[in-house]
Amino acid sequence: MLLLTQITVLITIFAGIIALLLQHWHRLAKFFSFALLGLSSCLTIFIGSKTLITQQNITWQIVTAFPGLNWQFTLDPLAAFFLAIVGLIVLAITFYGPAYLRGYEKKRSITNMLLCTALFVAAMYLVLLASNVFSFLFAWELMSLSSYFLVIYLHENSVNRKAAFVYLLMAHASGLFILASFGILAKFSTNLDFISIHLAHLPTLWAHCAFILALIGFGMKAGIIPLHVWLPRAHPVAPSHISALMSGVMLKIAIYGLLRFVFSLLGTLYWQWGVTILIIGTVSALLGVLYALMQHDLKKLLAYHSIENIGIIFIGIGLAIIFMSTNHPVLAALGLVAALYHCLNHALFKSLLFLGAGVIQHQIHEQDLEKMGGLIHKMPHTALFFLIGCISISALPPFNGFVSEWLTYQTTLQAPMLSSGILRTLLPISAALLALTSALAATCFVKAYGAIFLGRPKTRQVRHAKDPTFSMVAAMGFLSLMCLVFGIFPVFTINLINSIPQQLLGTGLITTKNWLWLMPLTGNTTTYAPLLLCFGVLTIGGVVFWLVSCRPSNYAKKIKDAGYIPWGCGFGKIGATTQYTASAFAMPIRRVFKGVWAVTETLTKDNGNFEYNLITEDWSWRYFYEKLEKYLTFIARKIAYIQGGNVRIYLAYMFFTLLLLLWLVI
Amino acid sequence: MVGYMIWVFALLQTILFVAAAPLLSGLVKWLKCRLQNRRGSSILQPYRSLKKLFKKETIVANNASFIFHFTPYLIFTITILISATIPLIIANSPFTYIADIIVLIGLFALARFFLALSGLDIGTAFGGMGSSREMMLSSLAEPALLLAFFTLAMNAESTNLSTIIQHFITTKHLLFSPSLIFTALGFVIIAVAETGRIPIDNPDTHLELTMIHEAMILEYSGHHLALIEWASQIKFMIYCVLFVDLFFPFGLATSLTLNVIGISCLALLAKLFFLSFTLSIAEINLAKIRLFRAPYLLSFAFLLCLLGVLNHIILEVR
Repeated sequence: MLLLTQITVLITIFAGIIALLLQHWHRLAKFFSFALLGLSSCLTIFIGSKTLITQQNITWQIVTAFPGLNWQFTLDPLAAFFLAIVGLIVLAITFYGPAYLRGYEKKRSITNMLLCTALFVAAMYLVLLASNVFSFLFAWELMSLSSYFLVIYLHENSVNRKAAFVYLLMAHASGLFILASFGILAKFSTNLDFISIHLAHLPTLWAHCAFILALIGFGMKAGIIPLHVWLPRAHPVAPSHISALMSGVMLKIAIYGLLRFVFSLLGTLYWQWGVTILIIGTVSALLGVLYALMQHDLKKLLAYHSIENIGIIFIGIGLAIIFMSTNHPVLAALGLVAALYHCLNHALFKSLLFLGAGVIQHQIHEQDLEKMGGLIHKMPHTALFFLIGCISISALPPFNGFVSEWLTYQTTLQAPMLSSGILRTLLPISAALLALTSALAATCFVKAYGAIFLGRPKTRQVRHAKDPTFSMVAAMGFLSLMCLVFGIFPVFTINLINSIPQQLLGTGLITTKNWLWLMPLTGNTTTYAPLLLCFGVLTIGGVVFWLVSCRPSNYAKKIKDAGYIPWGCGFGKIGATTQYTASAFAMPIRRVFKGVWAVTETLTKDNGNFEYNLITEDWSWRYFYEKLEKYLTFIARKIAYIQGGNVRIYLAYMFFTLLLLLWLVI
Repeated sequence: MVGYMIWVFALLQTILFVAAAPLLSGLVKWLKCRLQNRRGSSILQPYRSLKKLFKKETIVANNASFIFHFTPYLIFTITILISATIPLIIANSPFTYIADIIVLIGLFALARFFLALSGLDIGTAFGGMGSSREMMLSSLAEPALLLAFFTLAMNAESTNLSTIIQHFITTKHLLFSPSLIFTALGFVIIAVAETGRIPIDNPDTHLELTMIHEAMILEYSGHHLALIEWASQIKFMIYCVLFVDLFFPFGLATSLTLNVIGISCLALLAKLFFLSFTLSIAEINLAKIRLFRAPYLLSFAFLLCLLGVLNHIILEVR
């Protein structure tokens, strides 16, 4: 297993190197690079699931010449689970990528893209495997940098450069916060590997400081509100398979970091942390979906939904911490399992949706929802798989998104077990807001799906759209199938995930051999049987269909759809412009929840032609980041005075710094 | 033997549920007419309308996709499936183990998701209008409904509907606890909104500015429309039966003896008749409210349900 893991990482890195070696033979480079990535992802899935079953920890070390800077890696259930998630998504990407890149390779070199993709994936593997501070931070920075180069791949456009800069800035700010929090841990630990940090005793105050720094650091990378601003900027500009990787997988790496930090590095858990994470999660989920509802750029919309789903995962983690700190380990395990299950689910359906968005963009060169419509007739396969993604993300049974939300609800229902009245009231309120979130998510995806695939084409490009090549369809089909499988067979998955709470909390859920019935807690009649539910739908549906349509002597005559045009209220044939637009669809929500967005509406009249403009913005950018930027620039200007431009002055600075350091050290 | 019987009985109960749903709608309509001093159509009129719709040819617009064809069947199927999990005559239905109350909300949401999509499918303005309004209202009603169910589930320490109802049958004093009173009030408003009745929506009009549910299904005809109409009648009955089951569970059969089942049937008839009567009186005295006033009503329902949960969690636990 040890050898296999090392080989996997090496293969992944080699997938990048081969792209460099073959840079003059684009198609070969692409083929070999993706083939190696695919191989490594299959190995990763195998390693991940094997470790989850056997629950064995493997540690290995690579000693370097620098003292204290050794590489140390551990493969344990928590890392294994996230490795498997990365593997699943990368596998889908390897099918999708080659065909997707065909559009780029005529105009530009794809060597950088292939190299950075491989490095990005390898860095994610390394972050998951790292088990000392040095290797973790190294891999973390590698992940941030390689993904920056992927975001800026289409650098001709100034919007893209700006977005990538915001991403780089925030990635580094998050890196700094994480570094600071590790610094606090290092102060109390004898060594910098994770085991001695875990064993070290941390005073309460320092533990709180470390927690807050880590929460900001990992939260920035995960995209919680208000640290989310890079997400809706970076995702739309990156190529779609990279967006899928970033949104589906990289955000999960941040979640992994938080879990590792809180549950395994900080010793004791405090309920205040749980409450903080729960509140942040609830707010992120609700605001994320509300912002998403107002977006008309498909990939921006999906990016805001990532914020929402990260919020849902945070709710699960918060519940786990609350229950663990109040001494209910089994309930904590339930919350943690719900959060982890949602990580897996979100990775699957969000990647699926981003791949679908990529196909649409490839075909019609447009991301604006108002310029699509009627695509279901042009690209039926993409439409079907995108629909499955929409159902899954809206948390509707029997798909996977529902299972994890169901588990989250079941955890919050255990609120009466808590002794503190405040905590008890907090849980149901958070659950109610979660319910509001998932209902609004369904609304948002009805809007998105309706605007993209249904109705009539709103622009000319749509008419020439068609389903993409088989490999791209297969990638989406694979992810859709996974969405269904993880929705219908939740018990297997939970039995696998269960080794993680056993590792982190010491207790797991009581696993059953009864794979048909999902039963979160024993001694309770609460059950859910998704397979039987599907069976019921198919049986009843079959009988109904047979009775109504297929029987020879039925009531219903044959449907005549030979060309009835819908009634146009007496004005003759209706055109595409009379349709409900996406912004019209979301308008009632905008009215009900007004105040959440900064809305600018303008109506100008020009020679009898009315022009209506609607801009809905995120408050946080205008009222937090722009202010912050102003202050930072002000301070930077003041500091700039010390930069005289004279070499002698700089030499003097260096000399004084050296003196100061010598004085401090000796 | 008993285990086998209960499945058969649950199946029969479901068939009865589906078959009786148009009757309940007919009854309410008839009662409303009588209360307005009109003669009113027969109680059996919904059956005749359904028969007529099944017989008529089905016209489908030229740009309809598979979603448009598939939705009526899906909605009808899901609604039947939900009705199977609602205890009608016997409290212990084995179907409730397949889908608990949270799944039930999820199934309703799934049906609504597809109905809203089919409203957008043809690309007419009315369909989109209906879908948009329906999704707006339901996204406010759904969390309130979940909170209502939370109070009940926390009381019974289970999200299984049968367990909850049996818990209330055995511990009758709970039914007068403040948490359940708040929850019941909230539930009524949600039920009115979800089944599209006055004052949120008016099932009898086709005035484009006011309609919600009817606008969404405007493009449907023939057997498609029949399935959707029937499904919404079943949905209406589901909410009625849920209300009487949860807040007035008296008389519901807990064993499979003939006596008990007879009493249960009579009790159900009496309860449903009383509920229809109350509903009719309420409906003839209320006017439909403006669309953008509906969110206030729904947020009031949300508040009531939240008060129910908080009451339970603060006052009644331990």
